[in-house]
Amino acid sequence: MEFRKLETDILIIGGGTAGCFAALTIGSGSEAEVLVVEKANIKRSGCLAAGVNAINAYITEGQTPKDYVEYAKQDADGIVREDLLLSMAKRLNEVTRRMEELGLVILKDEQGRYVARGKRNIKINGENIKPLLADSLKNLNHVEVLNHINITDYVVEDGEIKGAFGFHVEEKAWYLIQAKAVICATGGAAGLYRPNNPGFSRHKMWYPPFNTGAGYAMGIRAGAEMTTFEMRFIALRCKDTIAPTGTIAQGAKAGQINGKGENYEKRYGLTTSQRVYGTVRENMEGRGPCYLQTRGISGEQEEDLYKAYLNMAPGQTLRWIETGKGPSVENVEIEGTEPYIVGGHTASGYWVDDNRETTIRGLFAAGDVAGGCPQKYVTGALAEGEIAAESAVSYINKRNITPLGKKEMGKKLEKKGLEYEAFFQNQSSLFTINQLEEAMQKVMDQYAGGISTQYQFNGKQLLVAEEKIKFLGDISRRLRAEDMDDLLRIYELRERLVVCETVIAHLKARKETRWHSFCENMDYPQKSDQWLKYVNSRMEDGKIKIIFRELVAGGERYEHSDTE
Amino acid sequence: MSIRIQSERCIGCGKCLDVCPGNLIKRGEDGKAYIRHPQDCWGCTSCVKECPENVIFLYLGIDMGGCGGRLNVEKEGHVWNWKIEGPDGQIHMIDVDQRDANNY
Repeated sequence: MEFRKLETDILIIGGGTAGCFAALTIGSGSEAEVLVVEKANIKRSGCLAAGVNAINAYITEGQTPKDYVEYAKQDADGIVREDLLLSMAKRLNEVTRRMEELGLVILKDEQGRYVARGKRNIKINGENIKPLLADSLKNLNHVEVLNHINITDYVVEDGEIKGAFGFHVEEKAWYLIQAKAVICATGGAAGLYRPNNPGFSRHKMWYPPFNTGAGYAMGIRAGAEMTTFEMRFIALRCKDTIAPTGTIAQGAKAGQINGKGENYEKRYGLTTSQRVYGTVRENMEGRGPCYLQTRGISGEQEEDLYKAYLNMAPGQTLRWIETGKGPSVENVEIEGTEPYIVGGHTASGYWVDDNRETTIRGLFAAGDVAGGCPQKYVTGALAEGEIAAESAVSYINKRNITPLGKKEMGKKLEKKGLEYEAFFQNQSSLFTINQLEEAMQKVMDQYAGGISTQYQFNGKQLLVAEEKIKFLGDISRRLRAEDMDDLLRIYELRERLVVCETVIAHLKARKETRWHSFCENMDYPQKSDQWLKYVNSRMEDGKIKIIFRELVAGGERYEHSDTE
Repeated sequence: MSIRIQSERCIGCGKCLDVCPGNLIKRGEDGKAYIRHPQDCWGCTSCVKECPENVIFLYLGIDMGGCGGRLNVEKEGHVWNWKIEGPDGQIHMIDVDQRDANNY
């Protein structure tokens, strides 16, 4: 493989929502050089590929940022970082205004005010939100974007970031990118558990299947502290198409009903996990299938729904039309997805301070990869991208950062080069990348609380999961790559396995059931105030060490003090 | 869920390869685009929107209840004409003005 070396001031890994906005912030507000490195192409990469049809994190009239913090805290039953939520919430409206400047269409009333959908949402046409973000970087002097490069590891020395390693997804080339500061914005992790449609349509899932937990895995392997991986996210979706339900539920005011036609929403509570749990219970107790009650909506409402879904989940509109059964004639069946690890909806991710700095000096995290701050949605990811960007600029301006010495770098380079090359040297193995991925998803499904066990697990099952995932990790070293595309898929699999290991360790550590479905431990089916604390972890000598931390309450601002 | 690239009409411009968020589309020896991993498609329709010749369509896998319908889009400035060809060949058009916000 050809070796290529690059240098920059601030490296941004991942050009999704948070990464692009971080680059825009630095590029339009400082002289620092920025390099955005993206495994696909920033035009459509990340969560917003197909578009999004509402801004779900906005402070509407009469609401305050503190109300938003309170809402997120309640939804997560207390396990959040209030400092992070507040610094994010304060910026939600300003980043929305900035998106409108970039060309985002937002629905307004006759007085020119945004039209709200509920307390925290406004209506938009977000089909082109990602191309708008990508275009915003085009004419910035100090911002460069490199598409189709997959980053696999950080370069860290004495607890300080020095850059990252990666490879091109097509050309036979690998990279060292040296940087004074790094912002990780790689998103969360999908594809850990057996999905709803495990066959041909296995990637028809809620979260982008290409978000494979790269940023989590890099951080875990580099010894960064992680938080709340046990708060998995399970989305309530339209059955089969796994399209969003919120647009129908809020827009058409459709309630959740069971097979008998009874509305069961209030029976289980209205938090995100309770809505999933309610649907699971109704099915378990023989009252399925469950639906959103749309039958009887007007033809005009139906037409509006067709359009709304074309702008974010076109498969759903195709489904309605090709079956000839639109939502006005047939209720929309719903189901829970497989679990994901994602810091933008639940709170899994890097343990960061209020500046979004991780426990590795000079490494910042933003968006779904950053923990402690759930309910981010699009605008929260933008806000965190902005905070991380400002912090990274301030970090490189204040400190004298020396690049890694030639000798130390030489050693790291040799090791990494050999690691990539080894997959091309491996003999053709009996097992394929696909088979290992399926095996991993089956283990997680059956022993770590997937769809097939109604998301429930116990300690004994987790021990089995732990052993089997470790075994798959060992086997994955022997996979053979024929080309760079194979190498990408091997690394994606290996990232997921590292994330799985951490999820299992966290599920084992929280000995209570605070959130039904999201973390339902059958050995400890009750919740307890003793567990009003964070479950954090750090990898030391290849083993995951659990760290418990006291809650950071309202008004406090957390700073790293004991992490090195 | 996946896409089909109608290769006889593909001009090999490479735009779909470049934009796919999963790096799933590759160039074949004939210079035309093909999807290397059809089972790994997310269904985002980025390639459908990008194709200048309008030769890519989205369909739903039969394992997720697909019936054989095909979705693609023709753009006329800010008006996007989404075209759904049903399993019986019947055409259903939905025009969306991209300057309009979603009503829901």
